[in-house]
Amino acid sequence: MLHNFTTQFWPNTIDGLAIGAIYALIALGYTMVYGVMRLINFAHGEIFMIGTFASLAVMNLVGFQAPLGGLALVGVFVLCLAGSMAASGGAAVALEFIAYRPLRKHGSPRIAALIAAIGASLFLQELFAQIVVPKIFAPGHGRDFIGTPRLMNKETLFSIGNGVVRNDKLLVIIAAIVMMILLDFFVNKTKVGRGIRATSMDPQTATLMGVNINQIVMLTFLVGGVMAGAAGLFYVLVFEVTKYTIGFILGIKAFTAAVMGGIGNLRGALLGGFILGLIENWGASVTGSEWKDVIAFSVLVLILLFRPTGILGESLQQARA
Amino acid sequence: MTLGFIGAQTGDNAQLGINIYNGAKLAVDQYNKTNPKTKVTLKPYDTAGDPAIAPNQVNKAIQDKVQGVIGLPFSGESQAVQPTLEKAEIPNISPSATDPTLGKKGFKYFHRLVANDDAQGAADTKMMTDVYKAKKVYVVDDNQQYSLGIANIVFNTLKSGGVSVQRDKIDPKASDYSSTVNKIKAFNPDAIFYGGYYAEGGKLLKQMRDAGVTAKFQSDDGANDPNIIKTAGKKQAEGVTLSCACQSVATSTEPKVKKFIDDYKAAFGVGQGTYSAEGFDSANAFLDAIKAGNTTSQKINDYLKTINVAGISKQIQFTPQGEVKANTIYQFQVLKGKLEFLGPTDKVTLGKPM
Repeated sequence: MLHNFTTQFWPNTIDGLAIGAIYALIALGYTMVYGVMRLINFAHGEIFMIGTFASLAVMNLVGFQAPLGGLALVGVFVLCLAGSMAASGGAAVALEFIAYRPLRKHGSPRIAALIAAIGASLFLQELFAQIVVPKIFAPGHGRDFIGTPRLMNKETLFSIGNGVVRNDKLLVIIAAIVMMILLDFFVNKTKVGRGIRATSMDPQTATLMGVNINQIVMLTFLVGGVMAGAAGLFYVLVFEVTKYTIGFILGIKAFTAAVMGGIGNLRGALLGGFILGLIENWGASVTGSEWKDVIAFSVLVLILLFRPTGILGESLQQARA
Repeated sequence: MTLGFIGAQTGDNAQLGINIYNGAKLAVDQYNKTNPKTKVTLKPYDTAGDPAIAPNQVNKAIQDKVQGVIGLPFSGESQAVQPTLEKAEIPNISPSATDPTLGKKGFKYFHRLVANDDAQGAADTKMMTDVYKAKKVYVVDDNQQYSLGIANIVFNTLKSGGVSVQRDKIDPKASDYSSTVNKIKAFNPDAIFYGGYYAEGGKLLKQMRDAGVTAKFQSDDGANDPNIIKTAGKKQAEGVTLSCACQSVATSTEPKVKKFIDDYKAAFGVGQGTYSAEGFDSANAFLDAIKAGNTTSQKINDYLKTINVAGISKQIQFTPQGEVKANTIYQFQVLKGKLEFLGPTDKVTLGKPM
């Protein structure tokens, strides 16, 4: 058992970081929205799902046969990234506008927004299963896994121990960290970011200080959606598959990552994502892969027992912690 | 007289049910066109393949006084309703339920026109030891009832046969199988057996091949679908072997089979699919009984015990347990991105992958 852990340590570490990076990018959306509105946006997994399909749509539009390389790869990659970010960001803003804003306007209790979120999640899943996927992507296969074309050749870059580092996985890990740093800068160093932090601390006072709450909330959803869109492209890049329910389990995992790192805390989301990915894969090597989820959630409970607000603690305004 | 088709017509796995229903409907329509003494109607009851919905549909069929049931297609729903069908004394022929335990519970009215998973597990084990001559085998399944059953058979037979064997499970809801792939890489097997369906099999195959695992890959009839090539990718799926209790009806040269394929296409506008021929044969078994003058369900059931006629998919003849006598398992291989028929397991000659 322990022998398995040591012999498979490096491959599992690399793969754990890669899936962890995707968890982290999705977790950012949960954490931002929670930080500002104290709302768990359960439809966020579906925002990610929309990103995967948007990437696929762009790939189909460009229409390439073999995996790309060089400038063509960079060009198509940027196009896909723009497409998935725009689709997911747009969907998140629309979701806020249609499902949450009317509730907020009427001062509904938080539980109403939560139910609306679950409703929106189911609505978006069925919308894709019954209309979008059969109409656009795979007629008659709305509920099946949809394979996506191979965008880049998967090549081994270098090895750490017996672990092989592949180009697509390394790209995902680095991209997640870079986007995290950019977002951190945006929230902590810009004027709009200050507005976000102010709203998170005390919405009433923020309003008095001239912060437009509706704009800030919309912006928060936009940023969270854009990050989920990027995650969607990276997921398609590595696993080359999507489905109308793809965001459900991933969304739960990302939410777990957000809670683990400290919900409402940006750096916590990144840390939580990586830790969750690593624990899953390390745990799977000791037991069987079917115990992955059991191990991950047991560790979550353990962490919350000793640090009830997560590893880095709660709330957006303390993002420096 | 009324026959019932009880099985999925909607839901995630509806295609299989539709294939069977169309096959059975073709048989009944052809029979009625001969202006027989007793006309037969075929009535569909939709279970969506769900063991929770199936009992309700069976009760409806019993109220409608159906004399025979074609179905149920899946093992799970069959398990759920077989006792009810027994109590109502309605003979039933499943064209596709492969769970071995169904034939071991002493059911009197249960029949199936497909070899069970015991036969398939044995054949797949044979592929590993005799065809691939593997000394080290890794067994993976997706933890669903059907998959677990067949993976257990292969794992245990290989183990008691002295083959070095390890196993792991993948989650059908997830898509990241890297921890399983890393286990396989560490074990470095000669061959891999995957018990499960094509969607997960395809994903596993892709991730394995991309990680540089070149071991032979064998899977079962759940994965025997062109979609596994689509999901895994042409290059990754190349050379993979897949078993099935079904013959390749589509490539048959027998005139009778060709006529079935043409009639099916003419009647429904689409080509026949997996288990269409078995659906056609199941209905014909009942029609044969009716033609012989049996009009009560009890008499039909007695007739089925002695039936011995040639069908499209195989010889229609049952053991006292209701198992089909012709339980040969056939093998298919992915060659140049297409699913090619290799023949019965003990006469397999592997093709040359690209």
